[in-house]
Amino acid sequence: MSAAQIEALGDCALLIRFGDRIDAQINVLALAAAELLVHADLPGLRDVAAAYATVCVHYDPAAWAGDGHAPFDRLRARIGALLEMLDGVPSLQVPAQREIPVCYGGAHGPDLAELARHARLTIDEAIALHCAGDYRVAMLGFAPGFPYLLGLDARLHMPRHANPRTRVPAGSVAIGAGQTGIYPRATPGGWRVIGRTPLVLFDPARSPPALLAPGQRVRFRAIDADALAEYAL
Amino acid sequence: MSVRVLAPGLLTTVQDGGRRGHAAIGVGAAGAMDAVSLRLANLLVGNAQDAAALEITLRGPRLRFERDTLIAITGADIEAACGIQPVAAWRPVAMRAGSEIAFGNTTHGARSYVALRGGLCHSGVLGSRSTDVNAAIGPNAGRALAAGDMLPLDDDAGVVPALWRQVASDQAFARAAWSLDPQPWLDLDFRQPIRAVAGTHFGALDAASQRSVFGADFRIGAESNRVGFRLGGTKLALHEPLELISEGVVPGTVQLPPGGDPIILMAEAPTCGGYPRVAQVIAVDLPLVAQRRPGDSLRFAQTSLADAQTRYLEREQALERLGDDIRRRLAE
Repeated sequence: MSAAQIEALGDCALLIRFGDRIDAQINVLALAAAELLVHADLPGLRDVAAAYATVCVHYDPAAWAGDGHAPFDRLRARIGALLEMLDGVPSLQVPAQREIPVCYGGAHGPDLAELARHARLTIDEAIALHCAGDYRVAMLGFAPGFPYLLGLDARLHMPRHANPRTRVPAGSVAIGAGQTGIYPRATPGGWRVIGRTPLVLFDPARSPPALLAPGQRVRFRAIDADALAEYAL
Repeated sequence: MSVRVLAPGLLTTVQDGGRRGHAAIGVGAAGAMDAVSLRLANLLVGNAQDAAALEITLRGPRLRFERDTLIAITGADIEAACGIQPVAAWRPVAMRAGSEIAFGNTTHGARSYVALRGGLCHSGVLGSRSTDVNAAIGPNAGRALAAGDMLPLDDDAGVVPALWRQVASDQAFARAAWSLDPQPWLDLDFRQPIRAVAGTHFGALDAASQRSVFGADFRIGAESNRVGFRLGGTKLALHEPLELISEGVVPGTVQLPPGGDPIILMAEAPTCGGYPRVAQVIAVDLPLVAQRRPGDSLRFAQTSLADAQTRYLEREQALERLGDDIRRRLAE
């Protein structure tokens, strides 16, 4: 695992870098490294979170003071040694695949028609293509519980809106360039909204609070507006 | 019993040492913007440093104490009165049951802190009582205080007895004879530069922008909040566009969105971001950023990671010594 670079992110955090592009294999390394660190019981670790190609480690420098070396240098050496234990293709402990029901198009997916035109597909073909994908949660971020999913068919890639919408409703399933994701709550957003799921992506009172976990596999299933409304009952 | 909120102030929130351990699901730490002032307020009433207390923004609340309560005010200078009598900051003050405290505006600085002995004991959310206003997580579903709210206090948390004996029966409150010198903990001289280290993408800035980051005057923009401070007055530009993917960011990260106006991420920083990171404010100087308001100027001075960590360790050691000293005084 000598490929990993460890760089400072200020004086209380660092980034472990496995690459700088969106790539499923690089992401698995980042997720596995995060899992390793969470269970390594290192002193002073405040938080650990994987992104596409990096792991962000928040730490208390006071827990790594001493012996004449800067806390960053000591923690970097320790993490570097730990990462030697990662090799080959690591296996992740993740929950089973989750199916996400989505009501595509219409008022729930105002950008679906434009996406289909952009892809030179009919609307039904675009829906079928989105549902056919085998997705994996690369990371959660942007907002609590927001999943960035890998595995979008290249024909459905479409740039973000130049001017983000001021309000994207909770549950909106959307496409931003080569990624697809789901808005957990109403926020401004620039991704192309193609449908809506009735599932609650994030609820701090629930355990676990996030519907999806990093590394988890996801499939989408089309439902009609009546089925969407039934979920709300 | 507890404390009743008669009027909430502009943006008064419950904050503690922050929500740790949930970045992997996109939940940031939140917590106090000026974490040192929060810790000092807690020390002055005998609490753990990271206990939950009130963060006041620019204009404070009006509170009625339903039982005898020991409080301490720190952070930005702020008008505070019980009836017609001013209530002094930076020391323990015993408020009698039935008394009220009315906060006015912060007169210097942006954020004041009010700790109450025993700490606010709202139900925690994901292990913390911090209010993440932007993500709507925390006490009261993550919103700021509203009129009529009750602030719950631990029933076992009594007032310091020696201090309370000074309260004559006709007095609504009594203050300790001693106080904490805000220096060196809080420097409200806003001409002082904010120390920062070069960010990951500092080298991608054009030559003029590299000089500007450490040296030019920025102005804190109106669209600044607990998530981030938008800086205006000096535009920054990359020498060529960068295609970046989302990766971790932390409070103090100085991001550069395409418009050229940098943003300093603050207590409610998201867990990740995809903009170039041109600088990183060192941890010990972040409270000094938190005390500035929209319209105030700000200049960065470059330092090294080693210096930043040395200063952090020195601050923690000094706070530990101060904590011991205050605990001795409270026990007298």
